[in-house]
Amino acid sequence: MSSAVDQFKEQAEILTHDLRHRAIIQTALGKYEVVRDKSRGAFLDYAAARQAAAETKWEAVNHLDTHLEELVSKLEARGTKVHWAGTGEQARGIISGILRDKKARSIIKSKAMTSEEIHLNHALEQEGYEVVESDLGEYIVQLKHEPPYHIVFPAMHLTRGDIRDLFNRELSINSSDSPEELTMVARRVMRQKYLSADVGFTGGNFAVAETGMISITENEGNARLTAALPKTMVTLLGIEKVLPRLDDLALFLPMLATSGTGQALTCYNTMYGGPRQPGESDGPEEWHVILLDNRRTELLADPEQRDSLHCIRCGACLNVCPIFRNVGGHTYGTTYSGPVGAVITPHLRGLQEWKHLSNASSLCGACTETCPVKIDLAHHLLQNRRNSVRQKASTPWKLGFRAMNFVFNRPSLYALIPKFGRLGQMLHPLVKGTRLDPAYAWTKTRETPQIAPQTFKEWWKERG
Amino acid sequence: MTEREKILGRIREALQVEAPRPGQHQSHGSLRPAAGAPAAQARAWLPPVGESAADQLTAFRTNAMNLKAAVHEAANLDALAGLLRALAAEEGWKKIATHQGCLTGDACGALGLPVLQTDGGYDVHSMEQCDAAITECDALVAQTGSVLVTNRSAGGRALSVLPPHHVVLARREQLLRDLPAAFQLLRQKYGANYPSMISFITGPSRTGDIERILVLGAHGPKKLTICLV
Repeated sequence: MSSAVDQFKEQAEILTHDLRHRAIIQTALGKYEVVRDKSRGAFLDYAAARQAAAETKWEAVNHLDTHLEELVSKLEARGTKVHWAGTGEQARGIISGILRDKKARSIIKSKAMTSEEIHLNHALEQEGYEVVESDLGEYIVQLKHEPPYHIVFPAMHLTRGDIRDLFNRELSINSSDSPEELTMVARRVMRQKYLSADVGFTGGNFAVAETGMISITENEGNARLTAALPKTMVTLLGIEKVLPRLDDLALFLPMLATSGTGQALTCYNTMYGGPRQPGESDGPEEWHVILLDNRRTELLADPEQRDSLHCIRCGACLNVCPIFRNVGGHTYGTTYSGPVGAVITPHLRGLQEWKHLSNASSLCGACTETCPVKIDLAHHLLQNRRNSVRQKASTPWKLGFRAMNFVFNRPSLYALIPKFGRLGQMLHPLVKGTRLDPAYAWTKTRETPQIAPQTFKEWWKERG
Repeated sequence: MTEREKILGRIREALQVEAPRPGQHQSHGSLRPAAGAPAAQARAWLPPVGESAADQLTAFRTNAMNLKAAVHEAANLDALAGLLRALAAEEGWKKIATHQGCLTGDACGALGLPVLQTDGGYDVHSMEQCDAAITECDALVAQTGSVLVTNRSAGGRALSVLPPHHVVLARREQLLRDLPAAFQLLRQKYGANYPSMISFITGPSRTGDIERILVLGAHGPKKLTICLV
C-alpha cells in the first residue's frame, strides 16, 4: 500500500538535493518560459481565447456521449475500424489481435501518452514484437529503458553528453555531443524502420466529431511518416479527446502550441479522416482507432473535477510547478506527472495509493493560472486531500483532530499551549535535528519560528 | 452488452449530474451549450493579421522566414521554372518526386531530371532516394507562416515529408489571412468529401528534444521552400 508513497519520498529527497538535475531543468524550462510568454503575448486577446477554449471543452466533455457517437459513425463511414476499450488490458488485447491478424512483426510508433498509460511497449515486447519509438525524445528514453520524464519533453532531464554516451553505447557508434549530429543519428535509424515497419502506431491530440477526424500535433514529422508508410495504422485515443467542430481546431491548435512548447503553431498539425481512400496515392490500407476509457468515466462521474478531462496534455502546469521542477518527472511514478497527474492519477489508479501526490503541493496556484483550458487544478488537489480523509482517515489524523477539538473547546487548557510551547522550545535544542526530535520532519530542513514571550491576551491585560 | 454500450452507459450515467461551467464554479449554468460555436470567433482572439493582401504577404514572409523556411516570388510560370532550375543546380538534385498539377507539371518538366510521380501509387524506396519533393498546396496561412496541404492537393501523405527538401509551389491568391480562414476554405472546398489527410506544415521538420536546442530535419524535410507565383 505504501510503496508508491515511499518511492515518491525517497526519490524526492534525492532529487531535491541534486543540483545538476535542477540546473538542467531550470535551463530547459527557462527557454520554454521565454517563448511561451512571447506566443501568448502575440494573441489579440489571450484571456478570451482561454475562456473560449475552456467553454468548448466543457461543451465537448459534458455531451461526450453524443460527440463520441457522431465521431464513430463518421469514422466508420469512411472505412475506419473503431474499437472500444474499457480498460488498458482490453486495449492491449485489441492491439495484439490486430498485430496477429496482420502477421505483423515490427511496429513504428509516434508519441502517445495513452500507450504509456497502458504499458503497451512492454506488453508487445513480451509477445516478441519489435517496437520502435520514432519521436526523438521518446527514442532516447526507450533506449535508456526509462519512462518519459515529461509528457511533452520526454528527455528533458538529459544533457547532450548523456545522450551521446547513450547512443554510442546502445547503437555502437561514435558520435559527438552535437545535438545536430545526434538528431541525424536517430533520423537515419528511423528511416529504415519506417520503410520496413508493418504497423504504424499513433496517439491523437484532438478528435473532431463533426467530420470524423483525428488530429495529431508534432514537430518532427515522425507521426506524418508513421501515418503514411506502414500498411496498417493503429491509433489509441482517450475518449475525452473529442471536440465538437472542425473549426474548433482554429483555436485549439495554436492554444496547444503556445502552452506546450511556446510555438505559435507546432510544425505539423495533421487531421486524418480515414485509411487510404479510392484514388489516393498512398496511406495505410487499414486504420484502427481504439477509444480508451481506462477509468476516465470515473473522472467524468465527479462533477467537481470533471473539468480535468478538458486537459489537452500540453504540460504547461508541469512546467510552472515548483514541486515538479524540484522533484522531477520520474519521482511521481505515474504516466501523467505534475499538477494534472496529481489530480487525475487518484481517479485513474486509486485514491488511497496516490493521495500523497495531492499533498506534494505548495498550493501556489500557478497550475490553475497557466492552464490553457482553465482546469481548476489547485482546488482539485485540495479536493483530493479532502476526499481521501473523508474516505479513510488515518488513526493519527483522527486522534489529532479529536485532541484539537478537546483542547480548543476548553479555554483553560488552551491557555497552557503557549506555556508548554515555550518550555518545549527551550528544551528543543537538546534533540533538534536528531531522530528523537518530535518535529524532525519539519526541522530537518526548516527553522521553527520562536514562540512570542507573551500572548496577546497577557499583553492586553498588562496594558490595563 | 458490447464494450461500446458499456462505456457509453457509464458516460450517460456520469452526465446525469451537472458540472459547473468554466469560471462559474459556484453557480449552476444551463447544461445545454450556449448557442453558436465559441471558436467560430477565433479571429477576435488569435494573433492579428492585416486585411490587405500586402499586409498578409509581409506577415507570411516574416513568419515563414522566422521558422527557417525560404520564400521566393516568381512573376510568372517561366520565372518559376527558372527559380527551380537555380535551386536544382545549387543543391545538385539528381532526382525529384512530384505529382500532377497545374503548377508542378511545367515547372518539373523544365528541370530535365528523372521524376517520380506519386499519382496512382509509387515505390517508397525510390521516393526515399529523391533529393526534393515538389508539391502544390491548398493554401498558405499568413498568421502562422503555414502551408496547408492535403493528400489530394500535394501528391499523397508521404511526398511532403519523406524527401529532404520540400518545395511548395503556390499562387499568390492562395494566401489566406489566418487559421479560421483556412478552416473555412477546407469546408468550402471539401465539405462533402474531405481528403483522408489534411496537414498544416509550419516550417521545416524540427526538434528541440536535446537540451531544447533547435535542430532542423528531425524526420521530415530539413528544408522548406515556398515559391509564390
